[in-house]
Amino acid sequence: MRRTTVFGLLGVCALLAGCLGRTQEGDQARNADAKEITLTIVANAVAGGKNARGANWLQNWVIPRFTEQQKAKGVTATIRFEQNGAGDEDFKTKVALDLKTGGGGDIIEVDGIWLGELAQAGQIKPLGDVVGNTDWDGWNQIPKAVQGLGEFEGRRYGVPMGTDGRVLFFNKKLFAQAGLPVDWQPRSWRDVLDAGAKLKALPGVTPIQLNAGTAMGEATTMQGVLPLLAGTGRPIHENGKWQGDSEQVKDVLELYREVYGGGLGDPVLQQEAKGRDRSFALFSENRIGILLESDYFWRSVVEPKNGVAKMPDRDTAVGWALVPARQPGAGVGGQDFVSMSGGGVRVVNPNTRYPRQAWEFLQFLNSAEAVKESLAGAAQLTQRQDVNDEVLAGDPMLTFVAEEVLPITRYRPGLADYPKVSAALQQATADVVAGKSPDEAAKAYRAALVKAVGEGNVG
Amino acid sequence: MGSSRPGGAGLDSAGLGVRRAIGFVAPALLLIAVFLVFPALWTLYIGITNYQLTGPAAANPRVVGLDNVVEAVRDPLFTNSVWLTALFVLGSAVIGQNALGFGLAWLLRTVRPGLRRTIEGLVLLSWILPGTVVAYLWFAVLSRDTGTLGLLLGSPQTAWLVQYPMTSLIIFNVWRGTAFSMLLYSSALAAVPPSQLETARLAGASGRQTVRDVVFPHIRGHVLTNTLLISLWTANDFTPFLLTAGGPNHRSEVLPVLIYRQALESGQLGYASAMSLLLLVGNLAIALVYLRLLRRRA
Amino acid sequence: MSPLWVVRRIGFSVLVAVVLAFFAVPMLWLASAPFDSKPGLGLRWPDWTFANVVATFGHPYALTSLLNSLVLCVVATVVTTVLAALAAYALSRVRIPGRDLLLYLLLLLSSVVTGTAAMVPIFVMMLQLGLINSQFGTALVIAGGMLPAAIFILKDFMDAVPRSYEESARVFGASPRQVLGHVVLPVARPGVATIFVWAFVNAWGNFLLPFLLLRDVGRQPAAVLLRTLYDEGGSANLTVIPVFSLLYSIPVVVLYLFVNKRYGFRFHGGIKS
Repeated sequence: MRRTTVFGLLGVCALLAGCLGRTQEGDQARNADAKEITLTIVANAVAGGKNARGANWLQNWVIPRFTEQQKAKGVTATIRFEQNGAGDEDFKTKVALDLKTGGGGDIIEVDGIWLGELAQAGQIKPLGDVVGNTDWDGWNQIPKAVQGLGEFEGRRYGVPMGTDGRVLFFNKKLFAQAGLPVDWQPRSWRDVLDAGAKLKALPGVTPIQLNAGTAMGEATTMQGVLPLLAGTGRPIHENGKWQGDSEQVKDVLELYREVYGGGLGDPVLQQEAKGRDRSFALFSENRIGILLESDYFWRSVVEPKNGVAKMPDRDTAVGWALVPARQPGAGVGGQDFVSMSGGGVRVVNPNTRYPRQAWEFLQFLNSAEAVKESLAGAAQLTQRQDVNDEVLAGDPMLTFVAEEVLPITRYRPGLADYPKVSAALQQATADVVAGKSPDEAAKAYRAALVKAVGEGNVG
Repeated sequence: MGSSRPGGAGLDSAGLGVRRAIGFVAPALLLIAVFLVFPALWTLYIGITNYQLTGPAAANPRVVGLDNVVEAVRDPLFTNSVWLTALFVLGSAVIGQNALGFGLAWLLRTVRPGLRRTIEGLVLLSWILPGTVVAYLWFAVLSRDTGTLGLLLGSPQTAWLVQYPMTSLIIFNVWRGTAFSMLLYSSALAAVPPSQLETARLAGASGRQTVRDVVFPHIRGHVLTNTLLISLWTANDFTPFLLTAGGPNHRSEVLPVLIYRQALESGQLGYASAMSLLLLVGNLAIALVYLRLLRRRA
Repeated sequence: MSPLWVVRRIGFSVLVAVVLAFFAVPMLWLASAPFDSKPGLGLRWPDWTFANVVATFGHPYALTSLLNSLVLCVVATVVTTVLAALAAYALSRVRIPGRDLLLYLLLLLSSVVTGTAAMVPIFVMMLQLGLINSQFGTALVIAGGMLPAAIFILKDFMDAVPRSYEESARVFGASPRQVLGHVVLPVARPGVATIFVWAFVNAWGNFLLPFLLLRDVGRQPAAVLLRTLYDEGGSANLTVIPVFSLLYSIPVVVLYLFVNKRYGFRFHGGIKS
């Protein structure tokens, strides 16, 4: 009798598991004329915590304005804001569980890099398939490169929420002490290593912080391997294949070896659980010379008033330079300099009861007025050109990113396999930091890659 | 515990009767069935599929049989994890918590009540503080530059969690979990007849001899129960994630951490569930060894 | 006083001091960092300030999350303790076939459910039951995971209650209910109290289940909040974390002190197998 119970339970399990893949199709114009609507927006933002500015903006500006606007049209709109504020992986799990079970908010803020895997799982759909007609005058204000953040396999899934760019930050005070120019702009990897060698003479200073290892997570890939790989001329994913243990990957790992094996970087820091936070603190204490980061570092880390690792003299002490290719002209597309970018995207849940209204809300969220308001007086790269022109004017660093970095930047391939590839790359750098040779590390990387994505997808 | 009473109701001294007894057990069993057995079996079922949270396999999960298990056994990360988990359980629970817990219980019999309460209170405090808070406390002890341990030993440059990850975790877990063993052994020692201890003392037995010949036979059952419970808890403990996140370079990635990372960071739920199944088998092995030892005693 | 005695006495004192230091030193952070003007992950004599406390009380969800934790944990703990006590008593007094095997199996399965791999089944099940965003439902899931261990431990306590007490009570005509309420429970009280604290402490620290099952940030418990205390950019918010850690620890400590004073927090006469 017990056996039948077990089989019965297994049967129920199988049935329920079958429901997991279920998605809900619907008419794009459903409920388009509803007089009473409820929309929920889900974001990894929470008042008093992560991305608090975004949370306050949604709660105190967007929701009242939009409700009012709808009221003027005779529609009673109830807008709910589901706040989070968790680690990215935790948040992604929650969103995926929601979408998988046919629930979730009507508009969801996700990281652009998740689009591919959510799309391949059928959990999100191209914007046009969900809401119908997507004509909007705002598209003209969003640069093509930035729009790409919301696209997957050539189809548009959502509206980007802004972007960023990666540069080399350096401490001008330390550069002056080491006899280096304070308007430094390296032209090759060799230039960076040479500068590091000079900085090494300063006591208590770590010359270069190039994120490495698994503890840093995606920061290793985004602020380390990928910009370097772009500097070798070959992106990580090309012609439908992931790059294996190629010469280019070995070159990148060789650079890691020169930095961490040659005493230019701090290997232990890369392995600490809170290593990245610590590297920020060290930079602000004038103990790191050169650090590869996105403009987030300038806006939120060393920012003199509210930064995590405030530098009161940021404006005079922190310099920035483009990330050079291995040597001039060796970068992707024959570029001399390279960068990587990322950013969030707002998507409409295919399960929404009010697709047209959700689209209307999405347009409202991305209107020039709303985008400008979302900055609450701070300067930051937004998705809209018109807003950028206005708000970045007073900030030379962000203007630099908008004008010099965005034209040469690349985005990560938003494929479901990407996180696994990224993990394998992080592991390879960890191996090098731990003392393995670049060749060995590259070999192990290839093996991990083949296991993760299959032999046929490795080039 | 066999009974010779009529009705086969065992030592039913309360006159419960089987029906009422079932009534007492039923609510707990119902809750367990719905919220524990059902999801647990389902998890085990997911373990034989290639189920993922996102990506193409999320849309159409397929039954892959024992592939996941085979893959896990061949996966160097998994075998690495198994060894680390065994080391963690053996070092921090079977030896560490057991020994320190017994030592404290033995020691505290003779100290002044005030001191005794202070020590007991501190040991218990380290047990009842929430895991997240405890993680911050130990960061403060073990971190580089400012960590308390580095200051005490005069080597602030040592990043304990990076250079000695497993040793750090084992010491941490001894700190964290000794309270349970201490409480259990305190009660066990109270049950040892004082007359026998007195006899041993008069016979001139050393402390070690007394423990081995007089005390141990009395508390053997306690030792086994304690070892079983703390081994199971330690084998399934997730707190190491908060301290080292499995790092550096997988050097402290015990099984629950590996499962967490596979499930949440890679979204590979099928694979993670299969590893849970293997962890369950490991737990089962611990329990069987324990049952065997217990039976031999009886 | 022989020299040996002196040496042993000194050795003993040193041992006690080392043990005290081992358990006390890590906790000093909880006393210093909350009141330090520049709290960090390290121990130092604080530069005293109350600003962190003010900042924490100003956090929009700090206090509500503590209240939520209380609701969640009290429900989970009461359910666990009451059901486990009833079941443990019955299992201790009446021989149900396969009892021991059943207990071990459940104990083992509980490790699967408390792990992360079970999150999809639990989430989907709670969704079907309509219990997403329900504190009560979340408390039941947490209780379900704790019950086997609670029954396992309590059964030993119940076994230790001398049966002669109950037999005498029955001779005087007490009903089974009265026997349980007036004879068994008072005797097993330290055990029940211990399980109560144990369950409360476990529920108090649970992060993943409430995080996935409670969607409204206004209902999330402190365990979730503490894991999400980041600043604007996503780095650990060290202004708020130390104070909140302290606030978050107080209820469990108070509960322990209360139970310890009132009922005695001991396993005496308890677990022995």
